Amino acid sequence: MIRPMIRVVLPPHLRSLANVDRTVEIEVTGPVTQRTILDALETRYPMLRGTMRDHVTQQRRPLVRFFACEEDISHDSPDVLLPDAVASGVEPFFIIGAIAGGGRV
Amino acid sequence: MSQVRVLVGTRKGAFILTSDGKRQRWDVSGPHFGGWQIYHLKGSPADPSRLYASQSNDWFGQQIQRSDDGGKTWKPVGNKFVYDGVPGTHQWYDGTPHPWEFKRVWHLEPSLNDPDTVYAGAEDAALFRSSDGGQTWQEISGLRSHGTGPRWQPGAGGMCLHTILLDAKDPARIFIAISAAGAFRTDDAGKTWQPINRGLRSEFMPDPTAEVGHCVHRLAMHPSRPDVLFMQKHWDVMRSDDAGNNWHEVSGNLPTDFGFVIDVHAHEPETIYVVPIKSDSEHYPPEGKLRVYRSRTGGNEWEALASGLPQQDCYVNVLRDAMAVDSLDSCGIYFGTTGGQVYASPDAGDNWSPIVRDLPAVVAVEVQTLP
Repeated sequence: MIRPMIRVVLPPHLRSLANVDRTVEIEVTGPVTQRTILDALETRYPMLRGTMRDHVTQQRRPLVRFFACEEDISHDSPDVLLPDAVASGVEPFFIIGAIAGGGRV
Repeated sequence: MSQVRVLVGTRKGAFILTSDGKRQRWDVSGPHFGGWQIYHLKGSPADPSRLYASQSNDWFGQQIQRSDDGGKTWKPVGNKFVYDGVPGTHQWYDGTPHPWEFKRVWHLEPSLNDPDTVYAGAEDAALFRSSDGGQTWQEISGLRSHGTGPRWQPGAGGMCLHTILLDAKDPARIFIAISAAGAFRTDDAGKTWQPINRGLRSEFMPDPTAEVGHCVHRLAMHPSRPDVLFMQKHWDVMRSDDAGNNWHEVSGNLPTDFGFVIDVHAHEPETIYVVPIKSDSEHYPPEGKLRVYRSRTGGNEWEALASGLPQQDCYVNVLRDAMAVDSLDSCGIYFGTTGGQVYASPDAGDNWSPIVRDLPAVVAVEVQTLP
């Protein structure tokens, strides 16, 4: 059986870092969760390690948000199964830099 | 003919400026890493084609970039900075204990001899070292654990390790400075450290002459005389003639002794440069006039250098890593401003001109003199 590719939309800073377009397609083995998507993403693009979650604790960085099917799922457990639409590649998994002011930078 | 390469870090990317030895026409490349803060970038003295850059932002954290071709191409290397052991606490702004948390790399200092060895000064203050070209990083934890760490406190810009000076005559000796903890020295390649702040006086502290807690903005040293150090402190320009064991003030006739940068002429160890800033609450030059001050006597007697610099309505700042010198026969001096200009003087400060302008706010300037 051919597994569908998961589509992930990256924010502009991470696109330039990984030298990729807005949407990347990755293969996830096993259940499709935040954790398995990030694992697959970091394996394919090692330069993204530490940019979305802490190297050691694996906690989401404070100003990074995850969206799926128009829902903010940032505060869900990283091991919760994502909607079928994401797992089947119909809907993308969004990684977003929080809109957080900007006066300082 | 010699070439000069100026490495500029800004709030929104890096820029590389190149010129021949005349330093009259400049080519600008960039932005590299557009949209990211580039706190610092610096070339290896052992291999000038090897550059390291600190790339970060508040959303996605820290990256270290490396170039092996003088900045034409770059690749991200290791960004895993983990404190050694239990990080412990330092003082927070209100004096309460606060856990050490890695935020970013402020300064990269490549080894004098090995292109693959590079030091990184971090916020929250710590010194890291890589010996594999930036792929992996290990904390030199003797600095934080020597005993005074719990008394360190962040300055307004964060608790950053911003200065790393390597002693060309003694590979085991390193000087570092932290805002707001002070200056420190190791004589055994980082195993043990000692505060070197005797003679500093900081009126904002409960004990103005305490062993640590001073807001040191920058240290400078001439490579031929590593026992002579110069310091721009929050207030006061200071000098030590015994490798930091004792300091004395050399602010002399400066219009204000607040500032961030300090540097030394490439060929004249007693010629030093600062850019006076009005005050710690008014981060711009006095009277709206941008002036570099030069002392040819190692401090105390200063002359204003203003030829070619804006002398009215100028309210930019010059941040701590934003001054550098080249080593051509006629020493070039360079500095960048928060207004996005990089000024250069090809004649040791007598005459200045902008070599690029309207960049994002400049955070760091480094210079490579190439054969």
